[in-house]
Amino acid sequence: MGWAQRMKRALFTRGGVHPEPRKVSSIMKIFPGPNPEQVIIPLSQHIGAPCEPVVEIGDEVLVGQKIGDSAEYVSAPVHSSVSGEVTGIKKYPHPGGHDMLAIQITSDHLDRPSPDLQPVAEPLELAPGEIRVRVREGGIVGMGGAGFPTHVKLDTPADKSIEVMIVNGAECEPYLTGDYRVMLENSEQVLMGAKIAQRALGADRIVVGVEHVFPDVIRVMREAGGPFGIEVVSLPCRYPQGAEKSLIKSIAGREVPTGGLPRDVGASVSNVQTCYAVYDLFYNGRPLTDRVLTVAGDGIAGTANLRVKIGTTVSDVIDYCGGMVGEPGKVILGGPMMGVAQYTTGVPVIKTTSGIIVLRADTMLVEEPGHFTCIRCGRCVKRCPMNLMPYQMASYADIGDWDALERFDLEECMECGCCAYICPTKNPLVQLIKVGKDGLARRRRKMDSLVGTGDGRG
Amino acid sequence: MEPAEGRAREKKVPREVSGQAPLLHMGVSPHIRAADTTTRIMGWVIIAVLPLTVYGVYIGGFKAFLVIAMSVIGAVATEAIIQRIRHIPVTISDLSALLTGLLLGLTLPPRLPWWIALMGGVAAIALGKQVFGGLGHNIFNPALVGRAVIFVSYPAYMTTSYLVRGQAFVVNTPTIRALNSVTTATPLFVAGQVRDHQLAVNTARYIGPYLWGNPWGCIGEVSAILILLGLGILLYQGLVDWRIPVCMAGTVVLLSWALGMNPILAAVSGGLLFGACFMATDYVTNPMTAWGKVVFSVGCGLVTVVLRFYSNLPEGVMFAILLMNGFTPMIDRYMKPRPFGHKSVVSQA
Repeated sequence: MGWAQRMKRALFTRGGVHPEPRKVSSIMKIFPGPNPEQVIIPLSQHIGAPCEPVVEIGDEVLVGQKIGDSAEYVSAPVHSSVSGEVTGIKKYPHPGGHDMLAIQITSDHLDRPSPDLQPVAEPLELAPGEIRVRVREGGIVGMGGAGFPTHVKLDTPADKSIEVMIVNGAECEPYLTGDYRVMLENSEQVLMGAKIAQRALGADRIVVGVEHVFPDVIRVMREAGGPFGIEVVSLPCRYPQGAEKSLIKSIAGREVPTGGLPRDVGASVSNVQTCYAVYDLFYNGRPLTDRVLTVAGDGIAGTANLRVKIGTTVSDVIDYCGGMVGEPGKVILGGPMMGVAQYTTGVPVIKTTSGIIVLRADTMLVEEPGHFTCIRCGRCVKRCPMNLMPYQMASYADIGDWDALERFDLEECMECGCCAYICPTKNPLVQLIKVGKDGLARRRRKMDSLVGTGDGRG
Repeated sequence: MEPAEGRAREKKVPREVSGQAPLLHMGVSPHIRAADTTTRIMGWVIIAVLPLTVYGVYIGGFKAFLVIAMSVIGAVATEAIIQRIRHIPVTISDLSALLTGLLLGLTLPPRLPWWIALMGGVAAIALGKQVFGGLGHNIFNPALVGRAVIFVSYPAYMTTSYLVRGQAFVVNTPTIRALNSVTTATPLFVAGQVRDHQLAVNTARYIGPYLWGNPWGCIGEVSAILILLGLGILLYQGLVDWRIPVCMAGTVVLLSWALGMNPILAAVSGGLLFGACFMATDYVTNPMTAWGKVVFSVGCGLVTVVLRFYSNLPEGVMFAILLMNGFTPMIDRYMKPRPFGHKSVVSQA
């Protein structure tokens, strides 16, 4: 980094941080993942109602066969990623931290495809409603991290109109390169999937946002998107550029209002891999049964971008990459900024797992203060992409002053971790803000039970 | 600005699962942290004022060195003793007390008796910092509190201990005559007036010495160029917000100009540059938000001008910053940034 750029960052950066990219895996082609003996497919891999199993122990299943579904609208079915026999339906460890109901399938290593879903000859001729039904049947959810069911996102209400559909190629987390590789290797497929999604949305145009440090991707995507009139925008490189609200602000120049959705400002954001999954569903007839993720970190022997079957356990993937080196520190699903540290490598890869980051214990040590210690340097305020006051929220949460916390917009915080990353005293700001959110929620519930009205406000 | 990274360590609560799995650390994201620490920040500020210190000691001689050394010793020792008494970890290794002592020493006259400097260092930490609870909790800039304490305790020493007394070249200016006639100022007071009050020395021929080799100021006011060099280091390291020095000095310059003073002289003379670059930018005692910093620093500039032009005080900058320090909690409370997606700031404070 040149001194001029450094000076510019020092003086004028507002919102977001610049962690070291560590994207060594960006030069590695996507490889097929392990062929596990067993997969564990959680019935809840998305935001919304969990699925109910539609198979029983002992059933034989095929690749792409639906094994769980829900009657709720905001939900997405799950499919088997291997062919074989259902050997267990019970609670297994889940990347979210709690044990969740999941279906264990013992693979026969034949990968016989299910005939349930077939390719569509002309997907762009389908009616929007038909596209949404098929997207739901394909079990497609947002693969960037939140896992919002895609068919719900594609369902534009009658009173709203979507002007721009944004394909999120801003992979701002350190280490992660899965989206980058998918854009580089499958640019046309991604854009074809985006066209299908655009038709369902009724969006006027498609814009792909890519961080400017990936000129090769921008070039490839421009070449592929030119004939379709798809615009590729080069974005500033900072974390959290790929967060939905930041991305809409960068590309469309609009701020999603508090408590609102992107559709309120005429925008819709879909991850690159979600678009690829849509393509795969309509052109190849394959539901969402695998995804590309990055395996990286200093605690693992091999770094790779792998197309991993949903339900493969993390330990299988780690073994496939040569196993851990050094004293095991953390195994993080997702990126190091927002990912969740796992207590066991027995958790499965799910639809929203964008990476497996293994960190060594001996290199991840940083002294954290015993209690909240702030030197008021103001970096958290300056770097918060949501313009919040993290140090105040965290200090009030630390002492449990819920009255004071009511003054702040805690629900606006997306827990991106910029504040805790940049904090010179290493305060666990995100953790304290989570405590604050939880405390406020409990307080409101208590108020409701006391008052008896129960409208959710204390 | 964020160089190499360290990583977060969380409480070591490994769990063994099903006999075969490795023991893993848990913890809330983010799992990586920027490498900047409090110690590193303090160290860089010390580096930023080091050229100034060296040149100030070179100009001021051994007595100047003694003043700085005594205020540093007083500050660090007081920090350690009080923390020992309070049964909390002694944190002198984070360099913050050392920095306070150094900044205090730089705002003292070079011929000050050493025991006053020592007393200033003790007062800075004891009254300026530890009574509030230590690092991060103080309302007022500790170094300036220390200076204010010895300033009101020993005004005679504080206004006469310069290398060159001020009277020689200013006695006949109309302002001083006016001041004398109205307030019957003592010679000492006039000397104090002259030192920080550019009213009496309002002529461009003093600009040169203020830039390099100022003999009639505090140790840290010896060269405006070196102060700006220090500011450059702080800005390059991303340690201070440019708004504070720019707004504070800018306010003083513009208002002084409007009141008929040479604007460049207004900028480089007295404690303005040192205060704007190293005192007003103190993390703990200035507001957290960008606009809060603007309000704070413009306020500092305004009060400085008022004190310089309309008060009996020889020192405008110190009390201006201390006064605005008192407003900082209020500014922080009312000048919250507009949260992303909000229509406007709704003050619910």
